[in-house]
Amino acid sequence: MRLLTHNMLSSNIKGVINGFPLLIQAERVVEKQVDFNPDFLKNMFSKIDWKALADASKTMGYDELPDEVPDPSVLDSQEFLQKFHHALLELHLEEGALVCPETGRRFPVNKGIPNMLLHEDEV
Amino acid sequence: MPPRIAQIRLVSSHPQVYEPCDDSYALVDALLADRTKLLEHHPTICMEVGCGSGYVITSLALILGSEARNAYYFATDVNPYAATVTRETLEAHGVHAELVTTNIASGLEKRLSGLVDVMVVNPPYVPTPDEEVGSLGLSSAWAGGENGRNVIDKILPVADNLLSDKGWLYMLFLAENDPLQICLQMRDKGYGAKIVVQRSTEEETLHVIKFWRDPDIQMEGNEANLTPKTAPQRGLEFLLSHISRLSFRERQ
Ligand SMILES: C[S@@+](CC[C@H](N)C(=O)[O-])C[C@H]1O[C@@H](n2cnc3c(N)ncnc32)[C@H](O)[C@@H]1O
Repeated sequence: MRLLTHNMLSSNIKGVINGFPLLIQAERVVEKQVDFNPDFLKNMFSKIDWKALADASKTMGYDELPDEVPDPSVLDSQEFLQKFHHALLELHLEEGALVCPETGRRFPVNKGIPNMLLHEDEV
Repeated sequence: MPPRIAQIRLVSSHPQVYEPCDDSYALVDALLADRTKLLEHHPTICMEVGCGSGYVITSLALILGSEARNAYYFATDVNPYAATVTRETLEAHGVHAELVTTNIASGLEKRLSGLVDVMVVNPPYVPTPDEEVGSLGLSSAWAGGENGRNVIDKILPVADNLLSDKGWLYMLFLAENDPLQICLQMRDKGYGAKIVVQRSTEEETLHVIKFWRDPDIQMEGNEANLTPKTAPQRGLEFLLSHISRLSFRERQ
């Protein structure tokens, strides 16, 4: 699971109001090289929750992203785009869990696949 | 060179995961038929609900290929084995999609709302007793409840929420699902509809229908019947006559 996906997931348990972002419990993180595509990054920048990405990236051991939402002018910087690219697409959570920030419920991640299935009493 | 699609010998399998079948081929044929349009559409987020073996999402990623430079793929399935098998199928073809084990798109709906440019679905569509829907095991891959509509009727509102303004939905239906009624229902929500592929075998008649948000339809509101016919209405009429012709042929 890439951090782009983490950025698009929220806790779906009934009654949860603020289920985003899910906290990451990382047991195994792998890095996989992905083709660098500035257009894609510029397109995604407006759709990403920056704080969630920066925090998630830190939890995964990559501490190079600014904490504060950067000004969109940074998208002209190759150096910034490379870091954004690495955090968003190249860090994979292979094993671990995503934790609902409100209830503490764990959603397991195995073989890089988050399992968001709910129990009957959670829907 | 014709565009590549997933190769059956590279599609991974598991005893509890639906194997590619006529319905899967019909859906991929629809995507192939629309390839040029899909490329001109410049999709960013593409998503499959109910990915099973991964045959369809892998084919979509191969069909769009490197020409759709900004395309990014998600696939979901309620069956955890399906997500694992899909991962293997994707890897065997050297393409990538992000996988989530979930009911339809639960957990993704909030943040992906209005962001999906292309959505593809081959749902469990076979008419069965309602109890069989969502049961554990392979039958949940096809069991669709009354008229096969149980899961379909849950997916459509999710698609409506997820699709971007320019979003397209490609969905497969069986004649027994009453695709005509589905198109009318989607029309009420402002969607145009078109049959991209239709196929009849001895056992079943399949339609792949493409839906898109049509601003003209939304403008018409409830007085559509009274206003002069617009192009989308004519499109729908064409579709209706098409479907009724098909069912007419079936009755013969
Ligand atoms: C007819 S199979 C299609 C599989 C594959 N896409 C293909 O075309 O070969 C339907 C798939 O939908 C999945 N499914 C059924 N109900 C679902 C739900 N509520 N949410 C997500 N996936 C579901 C099944 O597990 C199965 O893999």
